[in-house]
Amino acid sequence: MPQTLDQLPEGQSATILDVEGDDAVAVRLLEMGLTDGELIRSLGAAPLGDPLEFEVRGYRLSLRIVEARRVLIRS
Amino acid sequence: MPLTVAIIGNPNTGKSTLFNALTGLQARVGNFPGVTVEKKIGRIKGTAEPIDLVDLPGTYSLSPRSLDEMVSVNVLLGRQTDIGKVDAVVCILDASNLERNFYLACQVLDLGLPTVIVLNMFDVATSRGAKIDIPALSKKLGVQVVATSAHRKEGLEALKAAIAAAVPNGPGPRPHPFPEVFYAECHQLASKLAELGRSDAPSFLVERALLDVGGYLETEWLAGSDIAERWKAALVESRARLKEAGCRVPAVEAKARYAWAKQTLSDVATAPAVRAATFSDRVDRVLTHRFAGLLIFAVLMVVVFQAIFSWAKPLMDLCGAGQSAVSNVVASLIPPGTLRSLLTDGVVAGVGGVLVFLPQIGMLFFFIALLEDCGYLARAAFLMDKVMSKFGLNGKSFVPLMTSHACAIPGIMATRVIEDRNARLATILVAPLMSCSARLPVYTLFISLFVSDEPLLGLRGARQGLTLFAMYALGIVAAALVAAVLRKTIFHGETPPFVMELPAYKWPSPWIVVSRVWDRMMAFVTRAGTLIFAAAIVVWAGSFFPGDHSQEFEKQRFVEQTQATQADPLKHRAMLEESLGKLNERMAAHPPTTESERAEWQQKLSITEGGLADLNVELKPLDDARVEVNLLRASLVEQSFLGRLGHLIEPIVKPLGWDWKIGVGTLLSFPARELVVTNLGIIYGLGQDVDESNQQLWSAIREAKWPDGRPVYGVPVALSIMVFFSLCAQCAATLMTIRRETNSWRWPLVTFSYMTLLAYFAALVTYQVASRL
Repeated sequence: MPQTLDQLPEGQSATILDVEGDDAVAVRLLEMGLTDGELIRSLGAAPLGDPLEFEVRGYRLSLRIVEARRVLIRS
Repeated sequence: MPLTVAIIGNPNTGKSTLFNALTGLQARVGNFPGVTVEKKIGRIKGTAEPIDLVDLPGTYSLSPRSLDEMVSVNVLLGRQTDIGKVDAVVCILDASNLERNFYLACQVLDLGLPTVIVLNMFDVATSRGAKIDIPALSKKLGVQVVATSAHRKEGLEALKAAIAAAVPNGPGPRPHPFPEVFYAECHQLASKLAELGRSDAPSFLVERALLDVGGYLETEWLAGSDIAERWKAALVESRARLKEAGCRVPAVEAKARYAWAKQTLSDVATAPAVRAATFSDRVDRVLTHRFAGLLIFAVLMVVVFQAIFSWAKPLMDLCGAGQSAVSNVVASLIPPGTLRSLLTDGVVAGVGGVLVFLPQIGMLFFFIALLEDCGYLARAAFLMDKVMSKFGLNGKSFVPLMTSHACAIPGIMATRVIEDRNARLATILVAPLMSCSARLPVYTLFISLFVSDEPLLGLRGARQGLTLFAMYALGIVAAALVAAVLRKTIFHGETPPFVMELPAYKWPSPWIVVSRVWDRMMAFVTRAGTLIFAAAIVVWAGSFFPGDHSQEFEKQRFVEQTQATQADPLKHRAMLEESLGKLNERMAAHPPTTESERAEWQQKLSITEGGLADLNVELKPLDDARVEVNLLRASLVEQSFLGRLGHLIEPIVKPLGWDWKIGVGTLLSFPARELVVTNLGIIYGLGQDVDESNQQLWSAIREAKWPDGRPVYGVPVALSIMVFFSLCAQCAATLMTIRRETNSWRWPLVTFSYMTLLAYFAALVTYQVASRL
């Protein structure tokens, strides 16, 4: 059962399955290296709860919850 | 002919540092025509052959979604006519984050230009345990690879040599990352384009058009021509065929290029196997902590704000002192007349009006450069994004808007960090609504005159403080509402993605900070400065002509001659006035208790007062002439173009409770809103040397009457003036900065119109409601 990236608990890793859509947000996510098969780890949320922080391809990336929801993962 | 070399890279790779280090702060700064993108060109220092370096905006990818993003592609393909053919490209990568950075490198290599790959921040990468075999990487890519640490100025000579050698070496092989079926489709599309009469399109553009769904090359490139529809249809068909072949656009690009990056880096670069909890992670645990993080953020912002608001003040005062010193020198050299007026009230005031912003700009960019270089600025955006996104802005709008409370000009210049064009424009348009320090004289004048300082809930001055707070709150609330409305109307469309890299923390480099501050100050002086200066001259002319100034000049000449001949009595009078004031103060503090003490005081007082009276008789012709000059000036301003306009608009400002004098004062304060205080001084015949604490101005305002004898001012009028000045766009410097930052007259016009209307209606409501309470 695929999950979306915003549901990934802090400190956990998952494998990216897909990015939904082909609009500007999806393209940006792909460009930042969120391609299928890649590992991604959650580092938690900003103090106000949004955006979220992740580690992917050895660097740290910040995404809003609505954007993270577009990324399908398998933990 | 110098060689032209473009420089491109991801954000946060130290690109501008490298640019500055190579060119030595000698860049020519302008705008690419028709877009908001800054054009920066500098000559590389110390090369045998002259080489011009063109700085391109930091980007993660070369896929153009807008005209702004198309500029980089056009420059690199030699299609940007104001740059011409590009001979080579330098692609800067963050050595500690190679895989992600190789995505852009792959696109750049696809251009087929002579290329130099720079692995910047090499020292940081090696200190984290990364091992990169540079000769092997260079051999694999077929282009030169250079390691640099720009903030330490390491590797610069090798880079210069590589750039010089790049053109004779020629381009390297293209990466060829896509499956063959993709190239076959591109080939077909190219023939289709040739069929449609466009055989000139480079293969790079055809590939991009196919890859960028809804991108610039699909929607705008051929828009308006008769082949646009057929071009779009061809793209859609091609993409459908690719999808069938298991090669879905746009996902295929990321997949293919990242696979290429992994494969290229596989045996030449090793990242540390286990990513240890770095220094950065530990710092971040505190700085993005739920409580500590927000607290530290608040403290930092207070310091930055305090710096711009108060620490820049001595420098700004110095600027003002310099301005009056130069004015005095001019006045001593040139007799009273049109030329002197033009020089002192136009030219010197105009130059001063530009220079006075430099301390604040320098201060803000000092902090921004510091915070950006150490990696905190991205965290500030991360912390504030949730709040700002409620109004359709994003986290990066916070620092520009907060600092606009000191001055909107550095605030607007700081919006450059916002990559999304719509969010950036919305931020620029609302930044001038924040109550900047120039509003303070206006607030101070009317609050001290009309808001009582009687205690409220036992706090003395609480009413005055609350009124001041309300003025600041008004600006913030208005900005939030306007931003939300703008994002729903002219800047509508999807909320821009907030996909942002959080760079690792590092110690800021003094060289980077200094060069960034210098960069911004020069950009302001050379680009906005000329326009601000021109505006000052225009307003000077509008308040000087028409009108016969001969009488004023004659009187002024008399005043100056008499001042010179009677310098001693003048000095003496000033001394006596000072000691009289001190005497009165002392008497109020320690009232005489005995009769003899009282007599002693009385004697001292009467001697001083007697001396003053004698001097006043002696200096009466001078004093009378001074008053006459001020009255002449007042009536000449009233007869000037702007004064007449002020009379004309009286019916418009009357519903705000204003008379024509307030109207003229407001019109004349177009160059800068704090000038309204000086202008009221001139209009009330008090001369131009009044400030907000001038007692004569206070009584002039208290005694101002309508023709029927009613007083002009009262609490409702004071409030309506303050509300108007809180929301209006009476600041030529801000409007000219917007013109330069957006490279269009449209946005300053939009800003001026909406702010003036908003200010007018808010002041109208304020007056109408307050006068009925």
